[in-house]
Amino acid sequence: MSFTVPQDLEARIDELVSRYPVKRSAVLMVLHALQEHFGWISQEAIEWTAKKLGLQPINVFELVTFYPMFRQQPAGRYQIKICRTLSCALAGSHELHKRICEKLGLDPTKHGPQTTKDGKFTVEFVECLASCHTAPVMMVNEQLYERVEQAKAFEVLSQCG
Amino acid sequence: MSVARTTESKPAPPEVEKIRVKVNGREIEVPRLMPDWQGKLAPTTMLQACEAAGVTVPHYCYHPKLPVAGNCRMCLVEFGTPALGPDRKPILNPDGTPKIVKSPRPAIACATPVSPGMEIYTNTPTVKAMRQGVLEFLLINHPLDCPICDQAGECKLQEYSVDYGQSTSRFVEAKVHKPKAVQLGPRIVFDAERCILCTRCIRFTRDIVGDDALGIINRGSYNTITTYPGTFFDNNYSLNTVDLCPVGALTSKDFRFQMRVWFLKETPSICTSCATGCNITIWSRGNKIYRYTPRENDAVNGPWMCDYGRLNFKWIGRDDRLKDVIVRGQKTTWAAALNELADRLKHAPAGSVAIIASARQSNEELWLLSKLKARLGAFSDSVPRTGEADKLLVNADKNPNSNGARLTGIAGSELGANLGGIASGIANGKIKTLIVFGEDVTKHGLGPDLLARLDALIVSDILPNETTRRAHYLLPGCAHAEKSGSFTNAAGRVQRFLKAIEPPGDARPEWEFLHELVNNVVGGNGARSIAHLFDEMARDIPAFRSLTWAALGDRGVELKI
Repeated sequence: MSFTVPQDLEARIDELVSRYPVKRSAVLMVLHALQEHFGWISQEAIEWTAKKLGLQPINVFELVTFYPMFRQQPAGRYQIKICRTLSCALAGSHELHKRICEKLGLDPTKHGPQTTKDGKFTVEFVECLASCHTAPVMMVNEQLYERVEQAKAFEVLSQCG
Repeated sequence: MSVARTTESKPAPPEVEKIRVKVNGREIEVPRLMPDWQGKLAPTTMLQACEAAGVTVPHYCYHPKLPVAGNCRMCLVEFGTPALGPDRKPILNPDGTPKIVKSPRPAIACATPVSPGMEIYTNTPTVKAMRQGVLEFLLINHPLDCPICDQAGECKLQEYSVDYGQSTSRFVEAKVHKPKAVQLGPRIVFDAERCILCTRCIRFTRDIVGDDALGIINRGSYNTITTYPGTFFDNNYSLNTVDLCPVGALTSKDFRFQMRVWFLKETPSICTSCATGCNITIWSRGNKIYRYTPRENDAVNGPWMCDYGRLNFKWIGRDDRLKDVIVRGQKTTWAAALNELADRLKHAPAGSVAIIASARQSNEELWLLSKLKARLGAFSDSVPRTGEADKLLVNADKNPNSNGARLTGIAGSELGANLGGIASGIANGKIKTLIVFGEDVTKHGLGPDLLARLDALIVSDILPNETTRRAHYLLPGCAHAEKSGSFTNAAGRVQRFLKAIEPPGDARPEWEFLHELVNNVVGGNGARSIAHLFDEMARDIPAFRSLTWAALGDRGVELKI
């Protein structure tokens, strides 16, 4: 699979880079733009970014492995992020995570994001989603769901086409 | 790409303002600015001030020749500064001394500049507690298996644990296990569990070598040094990171698990792989060399050396080393061979002898040969050996002593210019005797057919080759590690090397038997030691006149040539 950045994306990235006095400062923004487009950061994307910004690939690789929100594998079509920070944890987000994983045939004890075999769902714990008063909360792609009980979660899952 | 190189020819640095600080109550004076890792003047740090006061501050990530990172926190110290009143004048104690306000927070000594009147405390209970704390954290995921670790004996973690560690670990949780025995490059093996993430290796390869090959990936306790997937840490300076690594994380593939360092003898020597003449330490036990490491000399190599030079010693221990004195195919004694040679050379007609001496021989040996040359009216030359240079240390001239060959008059300014003349001299029968030291002349235009025309082929070498096989007189010589002497490097710096191990069999240092031979031929009484010989040579050669063996010291002396 060859890695090509479409022209309009590259134009957008060039614009991003131009906002910074030093090229390398744009590296996080460039990676976000690439992930938004491709869904994940491949090794080719790392090398492309390094070349774009005049860095060594290892410099970009360090960042990609440091920030958990950069995906190093393709994710499912629906990305389910369950908050596990204090309020949600107290309100039962671990139980929620376990139920969802079991429902989708994933291992709830495993660390990090997991994707179903059919590539439809990716489930992961995340830190605070800034909605403590409606705990527990989860996000499916860009949509926030509040006060998620098991039944509500399963309903959301069933609506995912 | 830069290395802090200071040469003696540089003009004296401008006067730097001095400031007074106190270290553990003792007042000292330090310059306000001191050389940083690149040799540029920068504000003096607390760590430098403590060193000037003779107080050791433990540290891992700080290295005087690398940019300051300040990540290990081992050098935390307490300090105070003079209190100023509203009038910006120091507030005085009743006894007239300035009132010192102790900082509520400690500071890392490696990255904090000193200020006038500052007081630094390195021996307070708080400092001790901080060191204990830092060390305990460093040891949380570190394996506690020093007895099987290759770094034991030269490990900062081990040393500071003795000073500040606890006898048992309080850590009851499961340790994080990280990759072990990772091949970071062809010469480097990495143990991620032992790594304390000081980033010395990363800074070295990025800022000194200019090959940004290493980085830290992942985060928290999963942090690991690595190369980018699919690439290797394989530049020609990679093994310096093994010296830099304060713990047993980066190890040399060649040296690891070969020998405990405390069994090894350290001998100061010079690397012979090129004309730079990096200062090295030879680590040997019994009659075996285990490793070379760079020996710091800011006028030559700083604290570094290249991997090629570092590993270029295996040939010294080869089984096929020349061990016997052989005259016309028969093994004989040194005395018999040297007497016969002296007789022969004494009666050689002027102009019938040629000398080809390697620019890998020492100054003293080349000088002795030059005396022979003068007496016999001989032709002489050395063999040039050129290769690739780099921007850091490697010189294009691969002979360690080309300048020695020039200064002693064995070779002209261009090495090898006379070789053609010697070849034709042999071809037309004028040259009947050829003396060869340390070269296989069959590879340099004097083929077997030419050598067959000689009446006498006198050869001294270390390893067998086509020339030694044809020698009428074969005199087994020594590697530089097996004798003492001096080389003159590309910059004209005369540096001495000392004997680390014994030569095999009957092999003897060339200067010893040459000295005997030359005195038998030329006459005269000689020196009994390399020091005498060097001093005698220094009196004879104008360029060396100001030198003595003792004054060379371990760092050498640079000549103006």
